This record gives sequence, structure tokens and C-alpha cells, in this order.
Amino acid sequence: MEEISQSMGLAMGLVRQLDQTLLAIAGLSLKVSGVAVLAASLLALPLGAWLALARFPGRQVVIAVLNGMMGLPPVVVGLLIYLLLSRAGPLGSLGILFTPAAMMIAQAVLILPIIAALSRQVIDDAWSEYREQLLSLNATRWQCMRALLWDLRFTLLTAVLAGFGRAIAEVGAVMIVGGNIDGVTRVMTTAIALETSKGDLPLALALGVVLIALVIAINTAAQLMKSYSMRRHG
Amino acid sequence: MADPAGAGAPAILPLAGSDLSWRAGDVEILREVSLRIEPGTRNIVIGPNGAGKSVLLRMLHGLLAPSGGQLAWATADPLRIRRGQAMVFQRPVMLRRTARENIEFALRVGGMREGVRAAARAALARVGLASLEDRPARLCSGGEQQRIALARAWALRPEILFLDEPTASLDPAATRAIEEIIAAMHAAGTTIVMTTHDLGQARRIADRVLFLHRGRLVEDTPAREFFQQPRSPEATAFIKGELLW
Ligand SMILES: Nc1ncnc2c1ncn2[C@@H]1O[C@H](COP(=O)(O)OP(=O)(O)OP(=O)(O)O)[C@@H](O)[C@H]1O
Ligand SMILES: [Mg+2]
Repeated sequence: MEEISQSMGLAMGLVRQLDQTLLAIAGLSLKVSGVAVLAASLLALPLGAWLALARFPGRQVVIAVLNGMMGLPPVVVGLLIYLLLSRAGPLGSLGILFTPAAMMIAQAVLILPIIAALSRQVIDDAWSEYREQLLSLNATRWQCMRALLWDLRFTLLTAVLAGFGRAIAEVGAVMIVGGNIDGVTRVMTTAIALETSKGDLPLALALGVVLIALVIAINTAAQLMKSYSMRRHG
Repeated sequence: MADPAGAGAPAILPLAGSDLSWRAGDVEILREVSLRIEPGTRNIVIGPNGAGKSVLLRMLHGLLAPSGGQLAWATADPLRIRRGQAMVFQRPVMLRRTARENIEFALRVGGMREGVRAAARAALARVGLASLEDRPARLCSGGEQQRIALARAWALRPEILFLDEPTASLDPAATRAIEEIIAAMHAAGTTIVMTTHDLGQARRIADRVLFLHRGRLVEDTPAREFFQQPRSPEATAFIKGELLW
């Protein structure tokens, strides 16, 4: 117990001093997960919108598979991306294994189904309300998708943030494709895992505190923005 | 108002429906409705709640495919047919944008490229809502939203306009204003197909009354005649205010 409170004290000290290592690691985490969430959203939001509006045989199966993929195990995604990017793999020539780029790809793959499935659900619900009105105005499929994505932007932000939360908190995928190289691919989660196993609890705890604070701050900001916009736009 | 049909374009009316049916599961909601909508007419569809009025309007507008029977426009050009129509729904849907942007959206989707903002402004002014231009449409009152929906339809300059109880939640002054706009659109050549539960309004507007009862078109009668003496016992009871079940 004493050790924990002592470590906690040291951890808070690191956070207060804005320790360089701490900042670098947290910064890389934000960068990797931020790029991953942007890239994934760029694909997942249109995909979700398309799937909400499209009608084709087997659609329910596709939706079920997509929903199931929300729970993809990070280590397995990491392994697949590893195989793709490793020297002998099909994308080996890129030479990006054990770089932040590989970590971004792995996280993007991991959260793409989350953002797509959640946004599909949101857009599907709205579509049943908007459908006849938009079709009456002769909106094309493409115009309907764009109108819905724009109208639901604040709700969709929640889906995007769910993806971000998952990305920044996962450890398995970035560990495998990033390698947890000090100063290069070490992010908060992999650092916590390593420091804990080494017994360096203060740094691990400090990173944990930062990680949790970050996730809470981002979600709170999103919530505030959403309720503001609901008041503003109805 | 400009010629709604557009210079030289083929007219889409008359619209002829024959034996139109619509079933939901095994319930027959519309049964063998045959009618003809002539250009320039004001057709009022009346009947008790659940008679199928909204379903009929949505079918004529092309949102519901008939499960039996046929619907034929005067032209075969699908784009003209689509763009020649507009509809104001019983519960209008507003996008999460300002009132003006809602109308601009409709105009852009309808193919307008220039003067969109001015046209949207004019439409809002037409329904007496110029001051609500920048208000988020979803925050407008129910009656205001219904007027925005009418402004949106007006801006599209349709050849035929479907209105599903457009004044259901409006105050008397707004109701008058809407009726005047409908009259003006009609005077400019727009064909009107409208439902209402306000018999006084039906009397003021209609050239012709279509009386629906349990999915059947029980009467299709010139308005003057209908309000003097309906042909069917159901309609007679209905305008006397008796409940019809
Ligand atoms: N999509 C649908 N699926 C199943 N039943 C439907 C559907 N749409 C309408 N109905 C049914 O069809 C019947 C006619 O509905 P409709 O909305 O046309 O009535 P209405 O004449 O417009 O009534 P009101 O005066 O209350 O507006 C109702 O019994 C309704 O429950
Ligand atoms: Mg109705």
C-alpha cells in the first residue's frame, strides 16, 4: 500500500513537472491515434452512410459481420498487419514495420468497423425519418448521404470518439507492429506495460493518469459540443 | 410565378390512376382506387382518420409503389415527372439547418445553380417568415415548420403540388395565409391535390372532392355538388359530423 502511494506521489510529480519522456510518449500516442481515427473516419463514415441507405440481398449479413468486427481483438489485428508489413509480406517493400506509420495503420484497421457500425446505426435511424422528404425533393443517393452525414455530424462525433477511445487505449496491436522502441514507437499503453513489468511504477502510473485524463477530457468536450449543438440546431 | 411546366417542356398532367391498391402485410389499405387528376384543378381528398388519404397522396407522388393497378403520367420523361411535383407532408421533416438553408437545399437538389439564396429568401417572405431566415428550422414551432415546408414546395415551382393537411396545426391567420398561397399557386397554373379535415377549407378550395373511406374511393364529385348533396351515404354521414367506423 505504501509503495503504491509513494509511486503515486512520484507519478504526480512527473505530471506536474511535465517530464520530457512523459510528454514525448503522450504526444506520440495522440499523434498515432489521431491520424488513425482521421483515416478510419474518412472511410468509415461514408461506408456507414452507404450501408444505411443501400438495399441489397445480404445486407443484414454484412451489417451483422460489421457489428461483430467491432470486437476485433487488437493482438490479432496487430498480427495481420505485421504479416502484411513484414519484410516477406506483400507490403514489406514499404519498410514501415516498427514505425509509427505501421501503428497508425493497425489502429485504423481496428477502429474502422467500430466507427462504420456505429454510424450505420445512427444514420439508419435518421434515414427512416428523412427518407420520404429527401426522396420527395429528388435528392440522389449521394445527396441523401451527404445531407445525413452533415445533419448528424454531432451524433457521429460520438462514434468517432468511441473509435478514438479504443485506439488510444489498446496495447496489443501497437505493441506488435510498433515494437515499443524507446523514443520511436513507444506510446502510453506500451510504455505502461513495459514499465510495470520492469517494476518502475511511477512512470507507469503517471502515464496511466495522463491516459485516463485525456480520454475523459476528450469525451467531455465532445459531450458539451453535442449538447450545445442540440440546443443550437434542434 | 413562372410557367410551372417550363418553356416548351411537355406537361406531366393529366395523371391517371387505375385500380390502385396498396397492401401492408395482408391488410389492404387502398382498394382499387381509380382517378384522374386534370391539369389546373384543385382536388381535395377527405375522409375519416385512417381512410388512406396520406397513403394515396404518397402513392400519387411516387413514394409508395402500388401493389396493384397502374399510375400513368402524360409524359414518359422520368426526370420531368419527378421535378414537376412537390409535396408538403403531414409532418414536415426539416434538416438541421436554418430555415433558409432548408429551402436552398431543396433548390440545389432540384438543379438550381444561381440565385439560390435570393429564391429561398423570396420563398420565406412568401409565407410571411422572412424574419425566421436564420433560425434553425428544427427550433421553429410546428406551424412555422409547416409554413417553411410550404415555402420550400412553392420555391420548386411544381406543376402539381400535393399537400397533406397543410394547415392542421396552424392558427386562423396562418391558415388564411396558406390558403391564399395555395390559391395563388393555383392561379399561376399549379394543380393542387390536398387533404384536409377542415370542411370549411375544403369548401373554399375544392373544385372537386375525392371522398375516401376504408381505402375505397367512395365519391369523386364536383365540389359544389358534394357539399350540397353527396351521392354516398358514407359521405353524407361524414359531412354531418357523424363518426364513421
Ligand atoms: N407504412 C405502413 N405500414 C402499415 N400500415 C400503414 C402504413 N402507412 C399507413 N398505414 C395504415 O394505412 C391506413 C391509412 O393511413 P393514412 O395515413 O393514409 O390515413 P389518413 O387517411 O391519412 O388518416 P389521417 O386523417 O389520420 O391522416 C392506416 O390504418 C395506417 O395504419
Ligand atoms: Mg394522413
